[in-house]
Amino acid sequence: MSDLTKLTLAEARDGLATKTFSSRELTQAFLDAIAKANAALNAYVLETPDLALARAAESDARIAKGQARPLEGLPLGIKDLYCTKGVRTTACSKILDGFTPTYESTVTQNLWDAGALMLGKLNNDEFAMGSSNETSAFGPVVSPWRRTGSNAKLVPGGSSGGSSSAVAADLCLAATATDTGGSIRQPAAITGTVGIKPTYGRCSRWGIVAFASSLDQAGPITKTVRDAAIMLRHMASVDMKDSTSVDLPVPNYEAALGRGVKGLRVGVPKEYRVDGMPKEIEDLWQQGIAWLKAAGASIHDISLPHTKYALPAYYIVAPAECSSNLARYDGVRYGLRVPGKDLIDTYEETRHAGFGAEVRRRVLIGTYVLSAGYYDAYYIKAQKVRTLIKADFDEAYKTVDVVLTPTTPGPAFGIGEVSGDPVQMYLNDIFTVTVNMAGLPGISVPAGLSSEGTPLGLQLIGKPFDEETLFRAAEAIEQAAGRFTPPTRWWA
Amino acid sequence: MEVDANLVRRIARLARIKVSDAEAQALQGELSGILDWVAQLDEVKTDGVEPMTRVIPMTLRQRADEVTDGEIPDQVVANAPQREEHFYVVPKVVE
Repeated sequence: MSDLTKLTLAEARDGLATKTFSSRELTQAFLDAIAKANAALNAYVLETPDLALARAAESDARIAKGQARPLEGLPLGIKDLYCTKGVRTTACSKILDGFTPTYESTVTQNLWDAGALMLGKLNNDEFAMGSSNETSAFGPVVSPWRRTGSNAKLVPGGSSGGSSSAVAADLCLAATATDTGGSIRQPAAITGTVGIKPTYGRCSRWGIVAFASSLDQAGPITKTVRDAAIMLRHMASVDMKDSTSVDLPVPNYEAALGRGVKGLRVGVPKEYRVDGMPKEIEDLWQQGIAWLKAAGASIHDISLPHTKYALPAYYIVAPAECSSNLARYDGVRYGLRVPGKDLIDTYEETRHAGFGAEVRRRVLIGTYVLSAGYYDAYYIKAQKVRTLIKADFDEAYKTVDVVLTPTTPGPAFGIGEVSGDPVQMYLNDIFTVTVNMAGLPGISVPAGLSSEGTPLGLQLIGKPFDEETLFRAAEAIEQAAGRFTPPTRWWA
Repeated sequence: MEVDANLVRRIARLARIKVSDAEAQALQGELSGILDWVAQLDEVKTDGVEPMTRVIPMTLRQRADEVTDGEIPDQVVANAPQREEHFYVVPKVVE
């Protein structure tokens, strides 16, 4: 039965519908795989086998009665940033030690309402701040991928590193993730998985631990483009509990597949050809252009002149908003408390002990740029730069339907290889962060292997709320490139 | 942008995060590096540009001003590290 874990979400859905196997068998196969693999990969920070099996039994009963819902009985992994009622949720921070929400996030509730079930909570960078999953209070996640001829541990990307590792290692059918500057697309790219960050406002942020509220969006990491389309349809909704949730109907994204890209206008921005870009990334990009052209799309050079300012502007906006959001962790209302000699001292001791070094660094930067006299010079300036970044895309979309870029500047790096220099780590998000700054949808799709034998991805960027075109174009790349799975299952 | 130890301590105080001497030392370099790097935004002309607030034109939704939730004090204090009945317990703040 262990082969059940290799199924895609769509295949598992079809297998349950034809009663080839039960949700209980499927769920048990994943629980067994997790029990065997998690010590090596550290993808799950909490396993919930009893809950999963109870839900699987309910799903099997519904299937038997002919009352199956769209995701009935399908086991998922949930990033630990999503609040899950009665199940510990920490954002992988010590400061939320033992926090057990009394409510469910809108996105996970949508998934449960569609019949899906949870295998456990997935590791991430602390408060989703990182690009390698090395800042988690539960320790780093290991990628199931290795360089050819090496046993060195590689990062699965971040911040959704538990999600990308678990999906790539067949420890869930699909996973939820979140993306503030690239945290879905970068981990997907370097683990050979598919990740989509939808348009800002498409998925409710309610019940997801906040990092930078004007940038945070939920989305899935999956094995295939079809699976991503299925997941997003059931994660997205219009939610009165999130005032930034946009009141537009959620399309059936899966129906957009199979339409091909004939006549689609694909833009290639010259500003993404950055100094020192490795040749294999440039080659991958050219390959993607050739594939889309061969599938009937037309290719157009475009210019996005403010691209180089997206990352520095992000490192004002994101820390500023994080310093505000993380002000709630005071040692009084929930989570960790370290007693001090008075109330202020209690706050200071609690927040020193509870936040890791990267989170403290970002809260301090954010506090500085928001402090008296600096707000206009930093935060308002950065928000104006966002308007210019968005205007670049608006201009480009007068002549193209979708934009093609690499997802990352390189393949997965080793654990500990980049962690010394914060700015160096931030550069991982150079191709993904513009999309968050402009609020646009972006998808990363596996496109090839690096010279080290590890995955690389291509990114497609769409018009606001035009995720359907992204799925179509991503499917064309997937069909040309094929799927990428680790050559040996050393963790199993 | 030169961040010195005094500025680190002032920001840390505003952020309510204790910093040790060794941490303050390391943060001077790290914060200076990040602030120098973001200073490249000074090159961008933003006169007359509106700060971004939304992806597509939309007005913030409003609803009737009425109570839609509440009467759940057990849940509200359920995760408090220290509580008495429905109160959070904190160190004494007034003499």
